Parts: sequence; structure tokens; C-alpha cells
Amino acid sequence: MAFDPTTDYPLGTQRPDLIRTPGGLSLEELTLDALRAGRLGPEEMRATAETLGLQSQVAEAAGRDQLGANLARAAELTAVPDDLVLEIYTALRPHRSTGAELDAWAERLELEFAAPLTAAFVREAGAVYAARDLLSSSSERSRTPTV
Amino acid sequence: MPRGTSSRRPVSAAGPRRSKRFVERERRELRRELLITPYPELGLVAFEGPNDPEPGLRIEKGRVVFIDGRGEDEFDALDHFIARYGLDVDVVAEAAGLDDRQLAHGLVDVDVPRDELVRLSRGLTPARLARVIASLDPVEMMFALKKLRARRAPANQAHVTNLKENPALLAADAAEAAARGFAEIETTVGVSRYAPLNAMAVLVGSQTGRSGVLTQCAIEEHRSLQLAIQGMTTYAETLSVYGTEPVFVDGDDTPWSKAFLASAYASRGIKVRFTSGGGSEALMGHAQGCSMLYLEARCLSLVRAAGSQGVQNGSISCVALVMSVPGGSREILAENVLAAWLDLEVASGNDAIASHSPTRRAAKLMGQFLPGTDFVTSGWSVMPRYDNMFGGGNYDSDDLDEWLTMQRDWQVDGGIEPLTEEQVVDVRERGARAIQAVFAAFGFPAIADEEVEAATYGLDSRDLPDRDRAADVAAADRVLAEGISGLDVARELDRHGFSEVAEAILGMQRQRVSGDYLQTSAIIDATGAVSAAANDPNLYSGPGTGYRLEGERWEQLQRLPHELDARALEGPDAADQAVVAETEVAGIADRADDVVIAVGPAFADHLRTTIGGLAHRDVLQALLEGIREAGGRPRLVRVRHSSDVAFIGHHGAGLSGSGVAIGVQSKGTTVIHRADLQPLDNLELFGMAPSLTLDSYRAIGRNASGYALGRSVGPVPTVMDNFARAKLIVRTTLLHAQETAAIVPGAPAVELELA
Repeated sequence: MAFDPTTDYPLGTQRPDLIRTPGGLSLEELTLDALRAGRLGPEEMRATAETLGLQSQVAEAAGRDQLGANLARAAELTAVPDDLVLEIYTALRPHRSTGAELDAWAERLELEFAAPLTAAFVREAGAVYAARDLLSSSSERSRTPTV
Repeated sequence: MPRGTSSRRPVSAAGPRRSKRFVERERRELRRELLITPYPELGLVAFEGPNDPEPGLRIEKGRVVFIDGRGEDEFDALDHFIARYGLDVDVVAEAAGLDDRQLAHGLVDVDVPRDELVRLSRGLTPARLARVIASLDPVEMMFALKKLRARRAPANQAHVTNLKENPALLAADAAEAAARGFAEIETTVGVSRYAPLNAMAVLVGSQTGRSGVLTQCAIEEHRSLQLAIQGMTTYAETLSVYGTEPVFVDGDDTPWSKAFLASAYASRGIKVRFTSGGGSEALMGHAQGCSMLYLEARCLSLVRAAGSQGVQNGSISCVALVMSVPGGSREILAENVLAAWLDLEVASGNDAIASHSPTRRAAKLMGQFLPGTDFVTSGWSVMPRYDNMFGGGNYDSDDLDEWLTMQRDWQVDGGIEPLTEEQVVDVRERGARAIQAVFAAFGFPAIADEEVEAATYGLDSRDLPDRDRAADVAAADRVLAEGISGLDVARELDRHGFSEVAEAILGMQRQRVSGDYLQTSAIIDATGAVSAAANDPNLYSGPGTGYRLEGERWEQLQRLPHELDARALEGPDAADQAVVAETEVAGIADRADDVVIAVGPAFADHLRTTIGGLAHRDVLQALLEGIREAGGRPRLVRVRHSSDVAFIGHHGAGLSGSGVAIGVQSKGTTVIHRADLQPLDNLELFGMAPSLTLDSYRAIGRNASGYALGRSVGPVPTVMDNFARAKLIVRTTLLHAQETAAIVPGAPAVELELA
């Protein structure tokens, strides 16, 4: 059955057939028995890119475009390891990165992780940071007392 | 020195003479906080700051090139972000075609649907949003908020912390919070390395109390994300944003870093809510001469633009600063309305202490409590204020009965359910036992039985023994180092006899897989069903629609454990021995010293004691003695046709040889009456029955004799208790109902004698 984002939410109860763990288990396989039998690991207990993509559609179908875009970026980030996610976050904080560094992150997101939306987002940040003096190369200047 | 000091006041060395009333008021709790005149240059102004821009919006070739007084080349980082993500260019022209008045009217018009208002909000700039909301008065704002809330039913969020970071107490408090119906529980730490253990204790406790409760641990973002990844938490609301660029940067973030973080949380299956709120920019020194509401409007436009499903706002930790300026409470409410208008889930503050004055706190609360928000408070302290590490808590466990009573008074759902002491003790112990088992299973420092007991029955963390904090912190480090996950916790609970809790924790892990709670305003009930704006929207469209507290839920919230059964209250006094015997129909006496004691229909019969607890027999004895002491000759009569003290007394006076009678109701209310007076007039009335003593009744007897014998009489002194009515009006009503039920219409009065 085709996915209808206007009626198929909540996915867990309306469309469990569409939900899988990263390792391919269905929701009804996530039981105490499975846990006892050692079939469940913590890496299984998270939403996949596909699931987040469906949630993104649900949000957009309800007119929540920005939430949808956020969930679409989230879907991309499922492929990025935890420590890299935290590194990119830090790189996006003010005065942490040069424009080139942010561009490098964008390129890596695009090529290594097939994350074009997030890559564009990081690139765009770099452009605004340059205009607003939020890049690291200018951080020393901005911290110099001006009076 | 108060303003307007009069030059006519006498001045001594100590200063002008003080009015004792002013001095008394200055001692009130309220006066510990400062109220200030607006200081707009510093952002200490609720509305209309000197630098608030004129609303303006220009689009060229589908691109926003001008927002609120600034062109593209002057945009700060916030403007850039809002220009790119926060405005729907398709709606801009339509929204621009409506004037403020039309938009404001729409907000309070039941015939303009929420969806339509939300759609229009996407074409409005921050300055425009602020100006429209500011045109509403407080009641209009409350109505708009009721209409604009995203989720159908309101809910509430709890705070659970303690100063000793004792895991048994955290779990017990989380278990109670969950059992009381809180949809989310937030904890934090005093020492940041404790975070993994606190998050674990709250997870285990919450799922013991009620499965489906979302939990978070408010700490630094890296650590917070790490705990979320390990499945120890399910939501985060620490993503703070600010309305000016310098404050944003001082907060070590940009709109892009925050939005990225939100996506990062979502990618790990964590519900995210941003935090903003009026006054923060002024507090951090960069309000740029703008009003609190305008800066909050910028924050909220940004929050929506970042794709957050919701926001915690309504000033939050700066609430006392906002409330120091004129219009503060109104501004805070305006923030909440604005967030709801932008289609954001709203956790509406009321968590930080707003005022020293309980009156002022409650008055501020009504703005959110009566309309209902997604989370009426963004942190209701389940434990005493002493243990609240979020800065005290505006409402804490001591206020619980007040909160429950306010829900009952207004028939409003504030998201907290009444429980009996037995239920609470039970769930607290189960929560503490569960975390005890988990600690044992992982080889963490043992939780002793005495800790479980103190967590179950104690008041606060002072009742708990001290733990080895170094050892606990080492255990917390192990959680991170070994990657102990929510799943591991569930496994150990299952192995140690807590399969239900294990199942609940597994249920929360399952929720992460489906990601349903990432949608706007999502909460999870005990069956695991997700309720969010997408599947359970607020469709309020006038009286009788939307969420109403009724049916089973109303039954549940109105039934407080200390509520009394009104019928049980009126149970007949033990009628073991007769106090009086009726002898004959009462006639009119002709002796001039005759003083009638006229009692009500139920007196000393069906009812046997006054509301003040005096036995009717003793009351009669005191009256008889008093009359005799002062030379009168008492005669006891029962009036059967009326239960009204004035008519009882007046009827007695008509029978009295002296024309003077004492009328007494069963509840003890007494009057001295005279036949020539109008029934509702009297010689003396003693309405304060609860404070009458046997000595009072004796003195009433003496005075009645005095009036009968024509002596000069001073009134019987009585004590005023201004709270007697509030305290006893229910019992008064029930007693009076029984007196009235004993009336025999048309029956003549009868003479009585003491049995």
C-alpha cells in the first residue's frame, strides 16, 4: 500500500509495515524475548533514514515545511557517525571555522555521506558567517578591543 | 522612599512620619522584588522598544531582500536565517493585504480556523507578529492561546532533581511524576559528571510510574546528545536561542549551529524543543534598545525557521525580570500566543520562580492555565523547592493540593492527577527498588534499603543518607565509557524481576525507531499511543468544541483524596440518650420574669452538638444557669415551624411573659429577641457560633434576663474569626439542611424539659 502522509501517522500504529530498524527488524520483533535472546543491540534502536524521510513527508503534508526540512536533514545525518556529528556541530559554532573548513565539511557531507541538504546548509552558513564576521580567521580581530 | 512624599507629613530625626499601613505592606513577600520604570535603551521594556523597527517585508524574484527596517546588506545572522527559512513567499502578499486589526480579529474569531491563522503567520515578519499580538488584551490573548494550541489536550512537564543527586530519590520522584500524569520529565545535574546516572534514574523511575513518559537531562549539548544516543533520554529542550546576534554569539551558537543540532537530535530519534524567552537579551546586555516582545518574535520566527517542532518560552528563567516592568505578565502571555500562532508546540514557562508572592504567581499562571498549553509549565517541581536544581521551582510539591484544587475549581486540566498517599508511597517504592536493582546489576555503588525507604517516605534529600559521591561519579563515567544503553537497562530490569519496567523502557526504545514523537506536540500515553498535532489536533471552534475537561477525566481530576463525602459528613449525631422531652404545646406565659429559650426543630433531638462542638445539653444548661443567675425564670420551648434563627427567636419572644427570648439553632447560632421587634431585628445576634463557649451562652442567658427585667445591659463580648466562614460554611450548610428537614409546617411550639 502506498504511503499517504496525511493519514498514515502515527507510523508506529498506522504503518508498522513501513518501519524497520537499521538492521531490518520490524517493530513487532522488538520484544523482551528478542532482548533476552540477544537479538537486539542499541544500534538497532534508532530511526532509519527512510523512516525519518517518511516523518519528513508527514510534516510537510501538514504544512510544516520547516519541520519537514529539519527531518530531511536528520535523515541524512543518520549516516554520519556520532563523533562526526558533534564535530560538525562544533565547526558551525561562531568563530570556530574558516570558510574553507566549512566548505570542506560540506564537501565531505556531500561526497562521503550523500547528504546534499545538510551540505548546502553548511555551505550557506559559511557564506553568512563571512558576511557577519563569524568565521575563525576573523575571530581574533573581532575580539580586539575597539575602544 | 516612596514617591509623592507629602510635605505636610511631620518630620523627625528618623524621617517623615510613616503610615503603619504602608509599613505593614512593605513587609509583605511581594515587596522583596523590585518593580522598575521601563529602561528601553537596555531592553527593559515589555512592548514598543525605541528600536523596534516598523514592520516591513520586500521580496524580489522570490527572495526576501528586506525585513523590518533592514535591507539584505544590513541583515544580521538572524535576519539571514529568517529570510531564507522563516517566511513563506507565497503568503506574503496575502498577509500584507490584511491590516493588523483584521489579523487580530481573526485570532479571537471562532469562525477563523487555526489552520488559516497558522498559514497567514508564515507571511508575517517578527515586527508585524509582535505588533498584532500586542494589540490583544489579556483575555483576548488567553482566548487566542486556547484556539491556537497545536495539540487537542493540554499536558504538563515535571522537574525531578535533588541536591544529593541520590538515584533512589530521583527514581522515586520520577515514578511519582509519571504516575501523576506528567507527559514529560526533565532532570539536570549539580555536578555534570553525574548526568548519566541521573538520566538513568529518571528513565527507570518514570517508566515504573507510567510507561510512555518522555524524559530529558538538561546539560551541555555534547553530553546531552551522547546520553540521547545511548537511549537514556528521549527529548531535549536545551537549544536556547536569542533575539539579537551578539547574545546569540555569546551563547556560543548561530542559527545554523542550532538548527544543525536540532537535526542531529532528530537523526538519533530525539524530540527537540528550542528555548527562548523575553528578558534574556536585556540580561545578557545586548537588547539593542528593542522590546522584549519584539526580540521574542525574532526568536520564534527563527525557531520555526530552524524546523523545531516546538519551543519552551514565556520568559522562562528571566521571568522575574520581565515582571519587573509594566505589562510584564501580559508580555509573557503574548510570547506564548505568538509561539502557538507560529504552529509551535509550547511549553509555557511557569517553571522559574516568578515572584515571592503566591498571589502574583497564581495570577500570572492563569494566562496559561486557563487556556491550556501543550505543557502548562515547562517544569513543575515534583519535589520540595529545597531539592529543585532549576532555581527553585515556581510550583513545588508543597503546592500540589493548591494546583489540584485550582483544576477542580475551574474545571480545567492542568495535567496533574490526584493520587492517594497509598498510591504514591507504592509507586515511589517501586521506582526506587527498580533503580536499586539496576545499580546492583551493573555493579554500581549499592543503593541501600534505607535509601529506598527514605526515598519512599521522606520529605527531601536531607532525609537520605549521604552516598560516596566519588564512587557514584566513577559509575557515571562507566555508563559513557562502556556505552551502557537504555536497552542494557531494560535487560537488567528484566533479569531482576522488573519485567514491566523493562517492557516500558523497551517501549520507549521502540518509539525511537518509528520516530513518531518527532512531530509537533507529540506525547505518548500509557498504551504507547502517540498524540500529536498531526493526529490529535486542536480544532477548537467555539463553545462545545475542542478539548473540554469532562467525563471520566473530569471525574478523575475532581476526586481529591481529601475530599469528603458530603452525606457522610451530615451523619446523625449519636442519638443514644434523650436530652429533652417534649411535654405540651407551648402557651403564652404572663409572668414578667418569664424568659423563653426557643430552640430549633432538630435541637437536642436529631442533632446533638453545635458547630463549635458543644453538646446541646451543656448549652441548655449554660443558658438556664445564666438566666437564673440574673433573676429570670427560664422556660424551654421548641419552635417546630422554622429553622431560621430570627424567626425561632422572635416566635419564642411572642410566647415569653417578659417578651424576651433566646433563639438557638442546632448549629449554635443564637439571638436575643424581643416580641415588639421586627423578626429580622434583634437585641443581640451571635452569628459566630463556632467561637461561642459555654461561658458565652451563660452570659447570653444573663443578658436575656437583664433585658426581661428592664436592666441596663452591655452586649456579650464575642470573638471574631474572619476565617470561620471559609472554614465552616460547608458544615453550616449541612447542619442547617438537617434543621430545616426537621421542620413540621404549621406545627405549634412545644414545651421541653431536660431529660
